[in-house]
Amino acid sequence: MLIQKPAMPGVAPQRVPIVELRNIHVAFGGVRAVAGVTLDLYPGEVVGVVGGNGAGKTTLMRTLSGARPPDSGQIFVNGQPVTIGNPRDAKALGIETIYQTLALADNLDAPANVFLGREVTSAATLNDAAMESATRKVIGRLNPNFKNFKTPVLRLSGGQRQAVAIARAIHFNARALIMDEPTAALGPAETAQVHALIRQLKSEGIGIFLVSHDIHDVFDLSERISVMYHGKLVGTVNKNDVTTDEVLGMIILGKPPTKLTQQELAELHG
Amino acid sequence: MGATVPGEASAEGAPARSFLTTISSALAPVTGVVRSLEIDTRMLGMIGALIVIWVSFNIVSGGTFLTARNLWNLSVQSASIAIMATGMVLVIVSRNIDLSVGSMLGFLGYTMAMFQAVWIPQSLGLGFEQPFTWVLTLVIGIALGAAIGGLQGFIVAYGGVPSFIVTLGGLLVWRGLIFRYAQGQTIAPLDTTFQMLGGGTVGTRVGALGEWPSWTLGVVMCVAIVYVMISSRRRRRRYAFPVRAIWAELLVGAVTCGAVLGIVLVANSYPLPVNVAIQYAEEHGIAIPPGGLFIPTGVAFPVVIMLIVTLVVTFLATRRRFGRYVYAIGGNPDAAALAGINVRRTIMLTFALMGSLAAVSAAVQTARLNAAVTNLGVQNELDVISAAVIGGTSFSGGIGTVPGAILGAVVMQSLRSGMVLLLVDSPTQDIVVGIVLVAAVGLDAVVRRRVN
Ligand SMILES: Nc1ncnc2c1ncn2[C@@H]1O[C@H](COP(=O)(O)OP(=O)(O)OP(=O)(O)O)[C@@H](O)[C@H]1O
Ligand SMILES: [Mg+2]
Repeated sequence: MLIQKPAMPGVAPQRVPIVELRNIHVAFGGVRAVAGVTLDLYPGEVVGVVGGNGAGKTTLMRTLSGARPPDSGQIFVNGQPVTIGNPRDAKALGIETIYQTLALADNLDAPANVFLGREVTSAATLNDAAMESATRKVIGRLNPNFKNFKTPVLRLSGGQRQAVAIARAIHFNARALIMDEPTAALGPAETAQVHALIRQLKSEGIGIFLVSHDIHDVFDLSERISVMYHGKLVGTVNKNDVTTDEVLGMIILGKPPTKLTQQELAELHG
Repeated sequence: MGATVPGEASAEGAPARSFLTTISSALAPVTGVVRSLEIDTRMLGMIGALIVIWVSFNIVSGGTFLTARNLWNLSVQSASIAIMATGMVLVIVSRNIDLSVGSMLGFLGYTMAMFQAVWIPQSLGLGFEQPFTWVLTLVIGIALGAAIGGLQGFIVAYGGVPSFIVTLGGLLVWRGLIFRYAQGQTIAPLDTTFQMLGGGTVGTRVGALGEWPSWTLGVVMCVAIVYVMISSRRRRRRYAFPVRAIWAELLVGAVTCGAVLGIVLVANSYPLPVNVAIQYAEEHGIAIPPGGLFIPTGVAFPVVIMLIVTLVVTFLATRRRFGRYVYAIGGNPDAAALAGINVRRTIMLTFALMGSLAAVSAAVQTARLNAAVTNLGVQNELDVISAAVIGGTSFSGGIGTVPGAILGAVVMQSLRSGMVLLLVDSPTQDIVVGIVLVAAVGLDAVVRRRVN
């Protein structure tokens, strides 16, 4: 019942994962935010990463983004060991991130944010027109009603800001995407659009780590679900093998489904 | 307010609201025009304020404010503060501050004076008045400015010490160094060519462009402005983006070029002093006409330097990655770092730029005085920061423009020079400038809250 390695129909087991995190540790002072977590991600697969508040999901993902390198542990990309010391390293490896905080420069407009750190230049000067044109195309995929390409993103709605953050992650041909609560600020229509996008990216062979608190979204979109509890990995399960209640039990009680008693499961609804 | 009867509240509130609506509906065509012109409304407000200040001073002073002579002097006095204000914009935009610019200016001015008056001629034995003295002095001064500014920036960016503290220390250290090594001495005279950078006169040499070069400069700038406007319009067209209405484009172009040529006209309406003109006429064998000799002074070199600095810093701020990163860091330092920007290096560079601009201003000020004195640049940091802030730079970071800071410097200098004309004493000037500074920022905050 508990699946440690992917053996799903349609995914050949011998395929090399795009990303592998092995035995990752991160501590902040005395707080062991991530303690020995191992995860992998295959092309064209969505792995849901779930857990209670403060479980360490964001911290784990940030080691892969280069935002906060791990204290110990190894990262493999396409089977090769790599060192991700900063966000540029991650991007160079084709790993893009949509941060939980969005990480937008509020005073800049959408094109400047999408291309931040990777500006298009011609004759050593910024080519704003080219960047705006590309931004219009990529945001058009997410939100056809988006019109404010010249206003600071500060003045955009929460959903529009999220569209900018997503656009930035998908524009540069990512091979692996980290989405840390990408639909937290979105209305139903926009959420549906992001779900459609996730499915499309998946079909293009991109691997996605989807961090979310919405257990139904996670069940909807992902093949496998990894559950974290107090910095540790409770387990990674194939979504077809578990019920939402069992995953809830893993999140709340920090025990794999095999160790959950009927009584504990019943109390979840208490 | 909580205790007010609803009836009363509406009786008071309704007329007030309808008054506001009346105003905003009356202004609707104006705001429409402003929108199609796509000009920063803040910039427009500052130009309006400047016009009001100028016209008021002119009326109160009985017509002595808006004279070629006064405006020419105003331009020279604004230049050295404006030069530094362009760099201060970038420092403040990236959420830092540089309190040391006045002391750096003093230190650099003193060093440049030593260089041309003592080290080159005596220590190196090359003698006075070499043709290369001024360039060498300037280049070394700017390099030294970049180095000491960069050092402060290094401590801020890599050492993690807040810029307020580092530059407060710098304010004391650089000033202290001058007193220590100058021991109260004034270093003078300076190289005569170097003196031209200050806009003064030495014999028949004048620190200004003269008539035809001034017109040439004006025309070149107009052509450049038109070229930039056309090429950016073309670019947007090529991508089928919305562009400004053609009438708006023409109006903006005409007003900008008109302003440039107007400045040249004013500078050329200011004659050389009589004795200089007579000596000049004698040297060049010009007959002195019966009505007296009128030789136009033209645009002063400090103003030319300011224009060059403005162009360079505006280019860095708006067209280069460096500037984009400075604004991104000011908007959200974490986001900038996550985008892969080298935040530390960028911040260090803003301080290095600030230091080199302090050197340029130091050259202008020492050249104008024809001496380096120990209190050169004292309190300049306050004027420079005020200019940037009046010009719309926000202390919360991420917001501010170079042209705004230039206008801010001109507004401040206009207030001071107008009050001098009206024989207002210097403490009162400080009081007025202080109040204007706070009022300008307060008014801006109120307007912004309304708009958002
Ligand atoms: N920069 C930091 N400094 C100190 N402690 C931190 C820092 N970031 C995270 N932590 C701690 O690490 C632990 C894990 O935090 P993390 O943000 O990874 O949780 P999360 O699973 O993403 O939670 P949420 O669902 O609320 O987003 C928490 O105890 C948190 O307090
Ligand atoms: Mg989180």
